[in-house]
Amino acid sequence: MSSDLWQPKISRYVDAELSEQEARAMEAHLRECPSCATEALRQARLKHETRLAGRRYTPSPQFRRKVTEKIPGIIPTRVPAPWRWQWAPILAGTVAILLAAGVLLKWSSERSQEQAHSRQLLAELTDIHVANLAASNPVDVVSSDRHTVKPWFQGKVPFSFNLPELTGSPFALVGDRLTFLNHEPGAHLTYNLGAHHISVFIFREQPELARAFSTQPGPVDVLQFHLESWSAHELRYVVMGDVSAQAIHQLAAMLQKSES
Amino acid sequence: MPLFDSLYNFAGWLAGSREEAEDLVQETYLKALKGFSSFQPGTNFRAWIFRILRNTFLTSRSGLQATRTVALDNDGGDGQETTAVAVSMETPESILLGRAGQQAIQGALEKLPVIFREVLLLCDVEEMSYQEISETISIPIGTVMSRLYRARRALREALQEKPQEASQRQAW
Repeated sequence: MSSDLWQPKISRYVDAELSEQEARAMEAHLRECPSCATEALRQARLKHETRLAGRRYTPSPQFRRKVTEKIPGIIPTRVPAPWRWQWAPILAGTVAILLAAGVLLKWSSERSQEQAHSRQLLAELTDIHVANLAASNPVDVVSSDRHTVKPWFQGKVPFSFNLPELTGSPFALVGDRLTFLNHEPGAHLTYNLGAHHISVFIFREQPELARAFSTQPGPVDVLQFHLESWSAHELRYVVMGDVSAQAIHQLAAMLQKSES
Repeated sequence: MPLFDSLYNFAGWLAGSREEAEDLVQETYLKALKGFSSFQPGTNFRAWIFRILRNTFLTSRSGLQATRTVALDNDGGDGQETTAVAVSMETPESILLGRAGQQAIQGALEKLPVIFREVLLLCDVEEMSYQEISETISIPIGTVMSRLYRARRALREALQEKPQEASQRQAW
């Protein structure tokens, strides 16, 4: 199918408005069509940036307090006494429903905020990986020796980790650099598989990271990266790259083995 | 207070001033409380309360002024204009490196006519579905898609044409 037929659907795909079947067909097309993949990426990026820029206005604590204090008093003061008692049960029921709705909405809002934060963390990590691909100096320390790479992080990150022996494997360690996610320093290791770059991120485990990487990472699918993540010894590991899922899993398994 | 921050942010973008945003939010909650019986359980509470806020804005002085200056021509209902989306050969790297700053996007959003700004905010910031936006603004889903397309096109054009005209307005 020509790109012209897919282009109109891209914005609906980015807005998660396609049916599951349509979305799968779109993902298959994006893997084969660079122009549509680029357009999808561009639209996803603009949407992401608009979301961040759009959260601009925050109510002052004084205004919040004023509304909170004022609103509950409105209905009772306007109800005449006989009417009030006559309709008291209904009013109480309404207030109970409103309170329940409030609690539910608060829970829903908190959950929605958590999900938004998770997506943001995934997007940030993907940005770091993509920026690394584009950087002229993708690593601070160029070394294929794990015994050089690991000590470099001493004093830079608040944890220690082990790296696997790569002899006999198709992977090659390129180097490392310090990175940050969710205000925490972490290790960013770069491995090569042929001409492909694979990023390995190691951070101290946080509830936000555990939540972000516990579900299927949708935005990463858009960028056609494969990702594998796990938690061990209070550390969060993320392996990300454009190689096959099997290759990502193989490197992830080697890292897990080195930790055990 | 349900959706307080979201409503305030939306009101800020619609009204453009702190005082008006506060008035809008306060009036919205009053109307919501008074008209809570008209809310049908099982329907979308968020769309309902955002609709109250939007209608309150539209009947305010600045709302009337904003909508008077907006041409509602070619407000297609089928979203078919999306066939005209241009294909760019930008790479992920160029997008990443060349992306506009938040101030530039905020400046571009400010300049959008209110009918485009509101759909963009509801879709991208509030993450509403097309159906929810349709319920909030009381327009068909096709028109939602059409307005979204035109809003994003205008946003892109504004960012490409005058990236240096980033908004100097400070967030509150």
